[in-house]
Amino acid sequence: MGYRVKAEVMDAEAMDRALTRIAHEILEANKGAGTIGLVGIMTRGADMARRLAERIERIEGTPVPVGSLDISFYRDDVATHLSPEVHATDIPFDVESRAVVLTDDVLYTGRTIRAAMDAIMDYGRPSAIQLAVLVDRGHRELPIRADYVGKNVPTARTERVKVLLAEHDGKDGAVILEDDGKGE
Amino acid sequence: MLASRHIMTMDDVTAEEIVHILDTAESFAEVNQRRIKKLPTLRGRTIVNLFFEPSTRTRMSFEIASKRLSADGVNFTASSSATVKGETLLDTAKTLAAMSCDLVVVRHKYAGAPQMLAEVMDCSIVNGGDGVHQHPTQALLDLYTMRQSLGKLEGLRVGIVGDICHSRVAGSLVPALRKVGATPIIIGPPTLMPARPDVLGAEVAYDLDEVLPSLDVAYLLRVQFERAARMPFPSNREYASLYGMNAARLAKLPPHAVVMHPGPMNRGVEITADVADSARSVILDQVESGVAVRMAVMYLLLGGADSGAAA
Amino acid sequence: MALLLKGGRVVDPAMGLDAVLDIVVRDGVIVEVGEDLTIPKGETIDCAEKVVLPGLADVHVHLREPGREYKETIASGTRAAAHGGFTAVACMPNTDPVCDSGSKVRFIVERAAAEGAVRVYPIGAITKRQEGEQLAEIGDMIAEGAVAFSDDGKGIQSAGMTRVAMDYIKRFGAPMIAHCEDESLAENGVVNEGVVSTRMGLPGIPDVAEETMVARDIALAELTGCRLHLAHLSTAGSLELVRAAKARGVKVTCEVTPHHLFLDEDALVGYDTNLKMNPPLRTAADREALVAGLLEGTVDCIATDHAPHAVHEKELEFELAPFGTTGLETALSLVNTHLVATGKMTWSQVAQLMCHGPREAVGLPAMRLEAGMPADITIVDPEARVEVTAEWFASKGRNSAFLGANLLGKASDVLVGGKWALKNGKVAG
Repeated sequence: MGYRVKAEVMDAEAMDRALTRIAHEILEANKGAGTIGLVGIMTRGADMARRLAERIERIEGTPVPVGSLDISFYRDDVATHLSPEVHATDIPFDVESRAVVLTDDVLYTGRTIRAAMDAIMDYGRPSAIQLAVLVDRGHRELPIRADYVGKNVPTARTERVKVLLAEHDGKDGAVILEDDGKGE
Repeated sequence: MLASRHIMTMDDVTAEEIVHILDTAESFAEVNQRRIKKLPTLRGRTIVNLFFEPSTRTRMSFEIASKRLSADGVNFTASSSATVKGETLLDTAKTLAAMSCDLVVVRHKYAGAPQMLAEVMDCSIVNGGDGVHQHPTQALLDLYTMRQSLGKLEGLRVGIVGDICHSRVAGSLVPALRKVGATPIIIGPPTLMPARPDVLGAEVAYDLDEVLPSLDVAYLLRVQFERAARMPFPSNREYASLYGMNAARLAKLPPHAVVMHPGPMNRGVEITADVADSARSVILDQVESGVAVRMAVMYLLLGGADSGAAA
Repeated sequence: MALLLKGGRVVDPAMGLDAVLDIVVRDGVIVEVGEDLTIPKGETIDCAEKVVLPGLADVHVHLREPGREYKETIASGTRAAAHGGFTAVACMPNTDPVCDSGSKVRFIVERAAAEGAVRVYPIGAITKRQEGEQLAEIGDMIAEGAVAFSDDGKGIQSAGMTRVAMDYIKRFGAPMIAHCEDESLAENGVVNEGVVSTRMGLPGIPDVAEETMVARDIALAELTGCRLHLAHLSTAGSLELVRAAKARGVKVTCEVTPHHLFLDEDALVGYDTNLKMNPPLRTAADREALVAGLLEGTVDCIATDHAPHAVHEKELEFELAPFGTTGLETALSLVNTHLVATGKMTWSQVAQLMCHGPREAVGLPAMRLEAGMPADITIVDPEARVEVTAEWFASKGRNSAFLGANLLGKASDVLVGGKWALKNGKVAG
């Protein structure tokens, strides 16, 4: 099935503002950067975590530990859906007694976040797990919500939301894609 | 996902798939360093370790791998099973098939046992060693260890020393090395060589000392006396003097080269204790990577829509 | 009771025959072979488009009775022989107990007379219990009807014992049939030593395990003057030794099996135990040498080494399964498919290699398409199509190396002493 762009929901400037706002919100909620650690879900969530860390360091003047997480081994659909490529998980800090802020580009069914929370728990017992996403598109299948949201975007299930990041896609932004009706 | 649903011989995996398995194993190796070494990945899947031959290390490695992936592991060993009552392998296989498991790891005294199972069982089969034929996961973990120790596989010269013709380890390692672009050299007395080494695609050498300086890996095989009908060499003493890895021979290896052994070792025969315990030995790394590689094999065989009824 | 075989292509090199002719059989005996024959009353069989051969004989079969009746019996084995176009078989003595005395030979003769679909000629053991240590009662067995002597299944390892056996058997004019295998070289091998043994991780049997024994037995035959028949030769080297011995005038004959003629070790891609036989399938070069030896005349006869086993015995690990493939029912079809239909061999050669050659080699009565001879006749439909399935066999054994093969040509009718053993493709009785 092919997809075509239906609408642009966030441009580069909007994304920049959203990330800055989320950085402030994280600091406010956690009373500073002292006890937090960022963990991005591979692959775009990891880039997002690095960007948030830069902003937090700029605001606070102290570095925040950043890690990346591959949830392939924690998916609940391993039997039907095997990740074509497993990325290395790299969490270079002790999650024990730290507030771990999970970051991901899009929040949808919540299953990825469920897997990511399981994965984090296998590294230790964080004092809290919080969730930051750039886009929340709804349609949750699990009782999961984000603590920090760049933008809420109502979508149909048949549509897809794609977050573009300069690191991968050459530019920043977010778009809604819809079926182009052309089939395979 | 792998193209074949079984890993019975090295023919079942392509060069690209070998790299994929090793890459996946790297992720699992990270898990094995954690405090909590368990993943939910294969929850609800049943993995049977069907061992008709005594083997502590291989069985444990597979068992740990399946447990770390949260699969339900069942051990079936010949001593505790119906085989002592004279049940045939085929009947055992049919019995297991009726209990619908997802993956069977089989270790058997005779070549071709995995193929027999595959004919009557509707699950993935992993060969945990069949007779003197193949032992593919050992070859994969060996490749993994070589890649970790030397940074690459392509172009490596790997000397496999000892009882080649009675070694399922060599039976899989030689074709595995060929697939990834390394050069296997089988080294030993002619009495321990296979009938047609050219079929395996290995270089043949009778003199270990001559080839040592050219090797990146010296891979010593266990000399398995119990398999040979006639002693193929006069004494352990003479074997050790011609083919045993010792400090003097270690010094002839290039400085970067490593020493490997599939275990269990006959210290003092194919390898001296000081070499086995030296910094150049990666023998324990092999054991360690065994778990990660077997986790990767299980994950890649059982994951994906095309395998298993649980899809 | 008269019988007219009408208009078949009658082929018998012993009579210089290869022409469309009629044959009249009366009271179990051939009374006339000629053109446009008629009979006043009796049965007329239309043999148009068929080939009529003197009764084929398989001089290497394992009928398993007594002792292994679950694998095969004299009744089932001879029905398989008739199904395959044979009018006579010679059966090997490795039964349980071993056929190593006159009374055991008599058991087979009597059982065959009562239940056999074709003629059965017992081969007696050379040594007691085939242990290779003490001569069996050769003379007693001859008196009861044994035609030849063999420790087939395992050759006599001691050269000294073999020499004594040859010296003694010579006294009776019977041939000694040698199973040529040096056990110290064959060891626990299960396939040809070489490419396949290396690739499959299976213990190999080197060709020299056979060839050293062929050389030894030829030398001993030369020394003793005993008639020597070499069973199931499988290598080019063995044939070379036979060729040289025959050139020197040694009284040696040899046989090859259909599976060694039409299969080689390359067939062993899986671990199909129906392809496990002793001697093992050899290389393609060996196979080609055997076919060449057959066509040029170094090989005296085709014999099947029909070795039936129960299904559960073959459904084992390759190294544990017993050696052997059945062969009685597929031999003639295989020869036609691969040699006659392809123009490599004439029907006259088939008659030589499957009737006269084996009968002379192992000392069975001669059969010719000639007035006065017993009516042992094989009628072949060379255009018949055969799909070899497990259900198709008359033998109890299903362990055919050729399961699944599609073959051309099949015996349609077999007369043994003027009685139908096979009629219209159906085994009588």
